[in-house]
Amino acid sequence: MSADDTADRPLTDDDVTAAGSATDPGDDATAAGSATDPTDPAADPVDADPMIAVRDLSVSFGDVSVLAGVDATIDRGTFVGVVGPNGAGKTTLLRAITGVLNPDAGEVRVAGDPASGLSAREMGRRIASVPQETSLSFDFPVRNVVEMGRTPHLGRFDGHGADDAAAVREAMAVTDVERFADRPITEVSGGERGRVLLARALAQSTPALLLDEPTASLDVNHAVRTLELVRGLVDDGKTAVAAIHDLGMAARYCDELVLIAGGRVHAAGPPDDVLDAETLRETFDAAAFVGRDPATGAPAVTPFPRRDVNPRRVHVVGTGRGAGRVLARLSAAGHDLSVGVVPETDAVAGVAADAGATAVTSPPFEAPDPDTTARARRLSAAADVTVVVGTVAGPNRPVRDAAGTPVVVDPDVDPDDLLAAVADAGDG
Amino acid sequence: MGLAARTTAWSAGLAALLALAVTVSAGIGPVKIPPAEVVKIVLNAVVVPAGVETGARGSGTLAVPTADVVYRSPFAFPVDDVHRRIVLYVRLPRIVLAAIVGFALAAAGTVMQGFFRNPMADPSIIGVSSGAAVGAVAFIVFPVSLSATLALPLVGAVDVGLSGGAGVSLFAFVGAIVAAFGVYAIATRHGRTPVATLLLAGVAIQTFLGAVISFLQLQAGESLRRIVAWLMGHLSAASWGDVAVTAIVVPPLFVVLMAYTRDLNVLLLGEEEARGLGIEVERTKRVLLAASALITAAGVAFAGVIGFVGLIIPHMLRLVVGPDHRVLLPTAALAGGSFLVAADTLARSGSAELPVGVITAAVGAPFFIYLLMNREVHEL
Repeated sequence: MSADDTADRPLTDDDVTAAGSATDPGDDATAAGSATDPTDPAADPVDADPMIAVRDLSVSFGDVSVLAGVDATIDRGTFVGVVGPNGAGKTTLLRAITGVLNPDAGEVRVAGDPASGLSAREMGRRIASVPQETSLSFDFPVRNVVEMGRTPHLGRFDGHGADDAAAVREAMAVTDVERFADRPITEVSGGERGRVLLARALAQSTPALLLDEPTASLDVNHAVRTLELVRGLVDDGKTAVAAIHDLGMAARYCDELVLIAGGRVHAAGPPDDVLDAETLRETFDAAAFVGRDPATGAPAVTPFPRRDVNPRRVHVVGTGRGAGRVLARLSAAGHDLSVGVVPETDAVAGVAADAGATAVTSPPFEAPDPDTTARARRLSAAADVTVVVGTVAGPNRPVRDAAGTPVVVDPDVDPDDLLAAVADAGDG
Repeated sequence: MGLAARTTAWSAGLAALLALAVTVSAGIGPVKIPPAEVVKIVLNAVVVPAGVETGARGSGTLAVPTADVVYRSPFAFPVDDVHRRIVLYVRLPRIVLAAIVGFALAAAGTVMQGFFRNPMADPSIIGVSSGAAVGAVAFIVFPVSLSATLALPLVGAVDVGLSGGAGVSLFAFVGAIVAAFGVYAIATRHGRTPVATLLLAGVAIQTFLGAVISFLQLQAGESLRRIVAWLMGHLSAASWGDVAVTAIVVPPLFVVLMAYTRDLNVLLLGEEEARGLGIEVERTKRVLLAASALITAAGVAFAGVIGFVGLIIPHMLRLVVGPDHRVLLPTAALAGGSFLVAADTLARSGSAELPVGVITAAVGAPFFIYLLMNREVHEL
């Protein structure tokens, strides 16, 4: 290539090395042979450009629009979860990022360069994809499948070098596939296959990883281990984008979520901001309670089938886990909630905070002061329905009595009965 | 054992097997010749440059000095001259052609099975064999008189005429390439060639060309017997000229296929995954298709339609050496050579000569059924 060729576009690392030698830039088989090549984008993690930038991306299959004007920025060193209902376009977005699909409009940039201008080889050295399944029906040993990850780093006549062997060994070690490395890929279980595909992507030694439902075929142990592994890789500087169905897992491991519905980005940002009951109702068409996982503190989404209910002002009187369940179920159904009086350390107080309900609380182990009780009474009186869970302790009797005819339910009430009772009471 | 070592060991073993098959086969026939004598005859025929002989052409002041390289055989074993003629001029051209054609067909079959991700694919799947058959049959039925000799580079003058086997081969070769290109063109849209479409286009073209062949056979009259012989596969008319052409065409194409064996492995993962691993999928497919079509065409042009070699040999070798094309392609090709030599020896050693295609089909069909019964077919 001559210096003139580079004049009308920004100079890249590749240009510098290619200009130094007489290598044809169209086939960089010999120019870029090893993982430690200086042009390897992995060697330059402090690049100013985001790892992946999607701008106004539209993709359609025939007449069916799948993505319409999607914008997303994946910064280096972040783990981004792509979530959304079935058919929302999650997989399509991943495929468009790797350049497998040609967008109708918009652009994807990978480390600053338009994806459409990158050769398969250049792309294969920047982004490694972990597909949901592989169609491999020939019985290659697992080890060979992992070795295929080195393909973008090898010239046509190169054998595997020490770098390649090391990358393959490490990829197999961290994904725990060494034990069955010599078994044919056609004879390992679905979960094992999933880990082999992850190992292959790791052997690719790319700065970015794209995972399509990485945990879909895995048992809980391997699902958690896989996401822990990805999380660890991201903490070490890699960038990861994963389409994930399990919102709880996504919230727990991802730095940011991109919620796609109907081919558009509905919400994007930290999991706490993206996952709320209102957004989930709009995008998944499901009633959901977004609480806190008691073990991890991450948002925990509990979905329920959506029912059309008229939203009511509902005041809940009761304490303990049973009242908490009632509150969560009413919140998921879309009711406007208040609760109290409850001790501020009670389970119900936590649920009320997650549900965005108004909670009238009192210090634990003390009788509530008259003002507090009065506030709860006013809420109860103003509510369309007051739900009493179980038996009412002394201080809350005035609150109960403030309501005309409260709905009294057991702590383990059937959710359908609960919703029906609230609906009936509100109509009366 | 490393990949390179495994490839070398298997290839060396199968090359030795091929040499053995050729040697034994050359001794088999109405006149029995011991293998040891065959070896001596072949060694006697080997020549090496032995020196330069200077001389002059013309006379007087117009004399031009010349320098001719003189070849001499380093060996001079005593051999029976009749045996020598039988081996060198009757049997060996046919045996070596069988070896090269078997090599080519097995190589193409291996690549097609990987390309289509289907163990049931064979070299004829993209219409190459049907196209060759139409070309050959058309030439037999409507002989065209080309200029008396056709000068081919390196081969020298080849007679092309009404009864010339070279004319049949040329037409067969052209027919094969035209058919393969037609299938490719039908299946390609917007620069993409989906494998499934290619497969169906191949089936459609094969069916259509089958109709053309049937029609031509009805017009054939006296030449019907030649047509049938060609369609069943035949090596009986082999000449050293045929061997030379195939020996020039096949090896470079085989080298191209070998250069793409790793790409072929990765393509087995599916095209999208292959792209993710840095393979320029469409370009790679074009190279593989073109090289496979050409190498198959070179084989069938001289030997007619010989089925099952390209189907069963890659399959058998896959059971032995595994699916990695870096090992599979060279070993299958060498085994294909041995197989066709053995099949052709069987074909010509009975009381009446059989078309070699009958032998390969008779061996191949039961194997095909065995594969079906064992459900080794994963797709389609």
